[in-house]
Amino acid sequence: MAGTRGKAARPLAKLATGIEGFDELSSGGLPRHRTSLLIGGPGAGKTVFALQCLVNAASRQRAAGIFVAFEESPAQLLANCTTFSWGPRSLASKKIFFFDAHLSPTLVTAGDFDLSGMLAMLAAKKREIGAQWIVFDGIDVLLTLLQDRRAEMREIYRLRDWLADNALTAIITAKVDDRASGLMHYDFLQFMVDCVVRLERRQQDRVATQSIQITKYRGSSYAMAEFPMSIGASGIEVGAADLALIEHRASRERITAGFERLDAMLGGGVFRGSSTLITGVPGTSKTTLAGKFAEAACRRGERVLFVSFDEAAEQIMRNLSSVGIQFKAHVKSGLLRMYSARTEGISAEAHLLKLRSLIREYRPSCIVIDPLTAIAKAGTLGAARAVANRLIYMIKDEDITLFVTALSETDDMRAESTDLQISTIADTWIHLSYLVRSGERNRALTIVKSRGTAHSNQVRELVLSDSGPTLTDVYSAGGEVLMGTLRWEKEAEQGASKARQRAEFAQKRRGLQFAEASTRAQITALRMDLQRQRAELTSNAGEDDARAISSSEREGELRRRRSADPPRPSSRKRGNGAAR
Amino acid sequence: MSRRQKVPKARAADTTTVVVLRLYIAGGAPNSLQAIANLEAICHEYLQDVHKLEVIDVLEHPRRAMAEGVLVTPSLAKLSPLPAANVIGNLSDRAKVLLALGLAPNSRKRPA
Repeated sequence: MAGTRGKAARPLAKLATGIEGFDELSSGGLPRHRTSLLIGGPGAGKTVFALQCLVNAASRQRAAGIFVAFEESPAQLLANCTTFSWGPRSLASKKIFFFDAHLSPTLVTAGDFDLSGMLAMLAAKKREIGAQWIVFDGIDVLLTLLQDRRAEMREIYRLRDWLADNALTAIITAKVDDRASGLMHYDFLQFMVDCVVRLERRQQDRVATQSIQITKYRGSSYAMAEFPMSIGASGIEVGAADLALIEHRASRERITAGFERLDAMLGGGVFRGSSTLITGVPGTSKTTLAGKFAEAACRRGERVLFVSFDEAAEQIMRNLSSVGIQFKAHVKSGLLRMYSARTEGISAEAHLLKLRSLIREYRPSCIVIDPLTAIAKAGTLGAARAVANRLIYMIKDEDITLFVTALSETDDMRAESTDLQISTIADTWIHLSYLVRSGERNRALTIVKSRGTAHSNQVRELVLSDSGPTLTDVYSAGGEVLMGTLRWEKEAEQGASKARQRAEFAQKRRGLQFAEASTRAQITALRMDLQRQRAELTSNAGEDDARAISSSEREGELRRRRSADPPRPSSRKRGNGAAR
Repeated sequence: MSRRQKVPKARAADTTTVVVLRLYIAGGAPNSLQAIANLEAICHEYLQDVHKLEVIDVLEHPRRAMAEGVLVTPSLAKLSPLPAANVIGNLSDRAKVLLALGLAPNSRKRPA
């Protein structure tokens, strides 16, 4: 009783598997000192999963393990796992012991047998190398030899007891061909173990998808849903549950969307860590726009991952160089990583996991995915939709600025929303379209939305030239936007009228200058006239004085002679006036 | 097909070669005890004085058993004459055991 209580109080100890994503959805890994069952059809990844657990335990926790191989010989197993990045490591590892339990085809079964001898051998080996993990890979191969359901159960229970006595963390793998009927055969296996993980490989629309699901986990919470899984160079990777909470850092830093005029329309560029969606029908230069963004980021010295689907990197680089976007130098310097992938026959999940490992490996600060809609090509649209969502959130979680392009089948902007439905989660949505008028097709750029930004509501014409894309002003005429030749005509017309105005103005100025000059001449003439008049006036005044003196002298003489009046001061007064 | 053809074969085995057998058991497990009894009966009937049997307890010699490629118990290995053969199980299916050991089920009649 006391023992039971003690056990219940202790939280279930878990051992991390080190498998990307699995430890998250199992909230910690597999139960320690307990048995986990991996079931699945052929090619579902059971052996890889088990092997990866051992390799990770050996390399990360220095924990030894035993791999009991019922299906393949250890030599085959090792040859198979050399394709994984950890393969050579596991080959060199002395921590993993492979027990060849692969049954020879010449083996004759004559009567009932049991596992007690094998378990005794394994116990000896366990003590020898201090193993903490053990894998029984393909136990069904052995169980079918028993040909007796009761014997099978007996051996399973023997195995369980042995595992419990030896304090080993065990993984048992078993094949099931069919979900419904095949499983029934090993249902008691499922009751016995503490954790059941179902791996499945399914064919959907010619695309093989792999999934993983925890169907049982005693004493632990776990993510119950079925998760996509892929087997890549690093082994099994699980597309783990996304956090229900969205926690992105909202940066206020703006970075260029590629070129100045577009930045101006976006109110100064796009926010760092934001996602931008570029939609448009084929040929609307979505790639060019995305390429310009990538080039600008490289010029700032930032690392960029350029993902192109269904188009070779070489081809993209050549095409972009024709519009003045040069990738070569950046690829050489390592700032730009081009990744091209085919989409035919590859599930969206596989793309997601590949991109995730690329992001982890390359650590870019900007990513371009061109076109994201390509992932919906294989598999169901629902799956692709979920993947697109997860991809965008994953990239945002990493604080990476994202540009994705999406192909719309029609020029109708609303058509995009029926496709991958990414327009709702993108922060900025730029739509490119063709405007056909007067026998011309011209590219028009509209900013449909841009979160947190006062963006331009105007439609601009996108013009491609040797020096790259640029936006030109558009003219509204009678409520319609003028582009191409019509815009050119309008521009020419405006140019002509400006020249005319300039000429008119020059003429006017010349007239005014002439008038001014003539006025000046008049002023000069008048001034000269004035001077002449003044001079004349001065000389007149002198003569007058002289005359006045002489007359007053005469008057005084006269008075003196008559002796009538005393002399008056009038003469002095006059003298003053003359002096003036 | 006929009995006559098989008789000389069995006699040849009886007279010229010694059959070397190794039986791996797991202590006193029921299957193991049964296997010992079954094998001893077969040897008594078919290979009297022309066999060499070694019984190895895997619980006591696990490393040796592992080195010798034992998987489950009980397990019988015919080492010589060639071809070598392996039989697993408690050897209750006598016909299968005899076939694997290269002994005809009816060769018993000769020594008797």
